Amino acid sequence: MAIPARTFEAEPADARRLRLEPMGDHAFLAVLGNAIDPEVNEQVHALAGAIRGRQLPGILDLVPAYTTLAVHYDPERWAGGGAPAQALERELRALWAGIPATAPAAPRVVAVPVRYGGEWGPDLEEVARHCGLSEAEVVRRHTRPEYRVFMLGFAPGFPYLGGLDPALATPRRSTPRTRIPAGSVGIAGAQTGIYPLETPGGWRIIGRTGLRLFDPALEEPCRLRPGDRLRFLAESGEGP
Amino acid sequence: MTLLVEAPGLLTTLQDLGRAGYQHLGVGPGGAMDPVSHRIANLLVGNPPGAAALEITLAGPRLRFEDDALVAVCGGDFKPRAAGLPVRRWRPVLVRAGSALEFGGAVQGARCYLAVAGGFQVPAVLGSASTNLAARFGGFRGRALQAGDRLATAPPAPGLYPALQREFSRVPEPVHHLAWFAAWQEELDFLRPARLRLIPGPQWPLLTGASREALLGGTFRAAARSDRMGIRLQGPPLALERPLEMLSAGVAPGTLQLPPDGSPILLMADRQTTGGYPRLGEVATVDLPRAAQLRPGEPLRFEPIALEAAQDLFLRREARLRQLAASLAERQTH
Repeated sequence: MAIPARTFEAEPADARRLRLEPMGDHAFLAVLGNAIDPEVNEQVHALAGAIRGRQLPGILDLVPAYTTLAVHYDPERWAGGGAPAQALERELRALWAGIPATAPAAPRVVAVPVRYGGEWGPDLEEVARHCGLSEAEVVRRHTRPEYRVFMLGFAPGFPYLGGLDPALATPRRSTPRTRIPAGSVGIAGAQTGIYPLETPGGWRIIGRTGLRLFDPALEEPCRLRPGDRLRFLAESGEGP
Repeated sequence: MTLLVEAPGLLTTLQDLGRAGYQHLGVGPGGAMDPVSHRIANLLVGNPPGAAALEITLAGPRLRFEDDALVAVCGGDFKPRAAGLPVRRWRPVLVRAGSALEFGGAVQGARCYLAVAGGFQVPAVLGSASTNLAARFGGFRGRALQAGDRLATAPPAPGLYPALQREFSRVPEPVHHLAWFAAWQEELDFLRPARLRLIPGPQWPLLTGASREALLGGTFRAAARSDRMGIRLQGPPLALERPLEMLSAGVAPGTLQLPPDGSPILLMADRQTTGGYPRLGEVATVDLPRAAQLRPGEPLRFEPIALEAAQDLFLRREARLRQLAASLAERQTH
């Protein structure tokens, strides 16, 4: 009864290989790699730039992530001859073949002050226990790296950051919380990030910042851009 | 033209067809949960299909019209009444100034759409009038309607349904209907038990055999905790052969994701732009209006469909909507 999941290329992806997974009848997920890697992420942004540059018809949204680019499209605009998904797939493959390795631009560094633990970071204790570290050591290791903003997603202005100390990796909660306060700083697997708004979510919350990451009234509504660098600074005293 | 909200209902929001082009910043498209009923309501009153309309959820509002208005109600059945008289759905209706349009609880479906000729006037935020409830922007002040809100509508296109308008000015009834209606409930599967066609996704083969059978053979129910972000499903618990910690990646309308607790979530209009749970597949776009009409506790089943077939159904649906638009444009001159 089951029909097999369809991928347009079966082999695993690497930095120069494009796997196109249909994501329903209005999107493809272009998969360029399997692990967090700045070079793969640069290629993701390069592919997005190439699609924008070519001004392909009916492209509704391009959503870069660590190793993937979601290409949301209107099948009606690709229905000229034959199946829309196949027509777009051919175009994406041709574009990919012509993309050179890109040189990253000089990054911007954004400082994010955070209050760790207590009511601001209700999962800090659990993360420390999971990692076999003291809470102070978790904070020290979390504030040490200069993180890379690989992508924004999940909620308006939500940055997914690369550079988390592997010793802090902690799985998501098995059932997401229905409410996480704005500014919460969390860990999920090998990822760390900040919730710009009060939303549901499954990340382990270790602290909170008062920095406003998203304002829809602004011409540029998000404080962070993909490709930025970010540093967390531990704050003490009164909360945000 | 103004409309006064006397009672807001459970969750009444302004929605259009969503804001494309901001997903890379994490801003989801949002928009009507059942975009087909939304579009038809607008087409019936001579609006562009993407005009802002009210999305009404499970228990409806009471709205006072301060001017005569041409309206249409499409989607689920909330037994709407104006000045105490039944308001028939899926057709143009004239409502007299001073009348209250009152929606009850949903007796069929979960959402209906009220379009008013001219369209509701709210400032576009990031290119759309849709209410983003999580981020609290767009629509009417970034929130669901409350009692006492006054909604402005633009003047309607002149000369719509002249015969109906003449009749309305002659007869002192508070409500006046056209006899014909847009027969779309069959097309949208609204009157049948929910059957959602699923295009299997990349993690489908990683489900245990028992889970694959359960997903395609079993009955699920829409949980009461479902909302505009997603429909949470209760049913046989599903499991992967082994746990999979994934990197966050883009998701799509209709993505069926599987959190580790084994209860899948069907992502809807206010979904996140990216997600990190395994993706079992996506529901075909043509079946999303039916999914949007699932009531808390309502049973549903999944059937597999191939990508090409799902796109073909979508193209045919769009062709029928174009036919409807052309036929209505013609009828609106009589």
